[in-house]
Amino acid sequence: MTPDVALIWTWLDEVPDPEIPVISVVDLGIVRDVSWRDETLEIAVTPTYSGCPATSVIAMDIETALYDRGVRNVRIKTQIAPPWTTDWLSDKGRAKLRDYGIAPPSPAGGPDACPRCGSTDLSRVSQFGSTPCKAHWRCNTCLEPFDYFKCI
Amino acid sequence: MTDRDALFEYLLRLGDNTLVLGHRVSEWCGHAPVLEEDIALANTALDLIGQTQMWLGLAGDVEGEGRSADDFAMLRDVWDFRNLLLVEQPNGDFGQTMMRQCLFDAFHFDLLSGLAGSTDDRIAAIAAKALKEVTYHVDRSSETVIGLGDGTEESHRRMQAALDLLWPYVGEMFMPDAVDTALHEAGIAPDLPALRASFDTRIDEILRQATLVRPDNAYAHSGGKTGVRHSEHLGHLLTQMQWLQRAYPGAAW
Repeated sequence: MTPDVALIWTWLDEVPDPEIPVISVVDLGIVRDVSWRDETLEIAVTPTYSGCPATSVIAMDIETALYDRGVRNVRIKTQIAPPWTTDWLSDKGRAKLRDYGIAPPSPAGGPDACPRCGSTDLSRVSQFGSTPCKAHWRCNTCLEPFDYFKCI
Repeated sequence: MTDRDALFEYLLRLGDNTLVLGHRVSEWCGHAPVLEEDIALANTALDLIGQTQMWLGLAGDVEGEGRSADDFAMLRDVWDFRNLLLVEQPNGDFGQTMMRQCLFDAFHFDLLSGLAGSTDDRIAAIAAKALKEVTYHVDRSSETVIGLGDGTEESHRRMQAALDLLWPYVGEMFMPDAVDTALHEAGIAPDLPALRASFDTRIDEILRQATLVRPDNAYAHSGGKTGVRHSEHLGHLLTQMQWLQRAYPGAAW
């Protein structure tokens, strides 16, 4: 028996991103397609950044999660076009990022507000942060540093 | 030269540029002047190595002899590499590293913009992906060159020295040969000489803000991207990068 694709999406939404475990791989927008090809479940995954070391861990985590649900034949396909964009982050994912202390991406090119105190008096420390997908910012009001999930 | 041979050669150039520069930049890991710059350099190196995996992976597919991106990176010697001379030049001080990065990023951004419109879908897809990352690279390297050029007397002196040292390696980026011409005519790659105008506009503006003087010297070293004559530095780089495979052939984990 092959589980319904919609059910599989809900299972994938429980697979955490290895670097930012508060959001799922579905929240991150990197799962592009889920479909059955005969008896094999094919999942198209797109990398966030081309050198992101989490990519192979994500593929393994997806396979493990599905194996635990009884899906034995899984093929993970890397799909690079169209390229991943932060526009694909879910609204749920954005809210979770903020609660976790990471400012979600904003079209303005910088964070809207400090994820800790809400101040809008902010300064950029570096465009490159602790992982490829984040920049390093500082709040001038509460003086705390924080990560900003940068737009690409 | 067949179309396939030209395409293979061209992909090696793209992948070897990002591989060799990625390795060079990674040499700073743990040594940069401040922590934020260390992280930024490591992130840039990571992007470049990631792009290498895509370019050299595609090169292996095109060649059709079962070679992987790792095989190309670890099991070739100097004469097989097709990177520009600029990217194999030593790091020097932090300013020299950032000047090299800025000159390459300015070229890389325009090259990838052209390749994103390639008639070859595989190349267009990789270029579109890489372009997003390189947009951040060129922002950072140009800001840093401006900050250090228009900085203290000491930083200004060092940036001008870096520019004078590296300028003779700029010309090779825009010098087309039979491979570039064949790929351009097939609609796969942009016209290199046409990219030069955009590069000059961007670099002139950066240098103006950085209060640096563009060298009045059109001489261009060549021989990197054809593999005919690399500088002495590439061989030394490879002894480090390929050390593990040379000491323990076939090692895997």
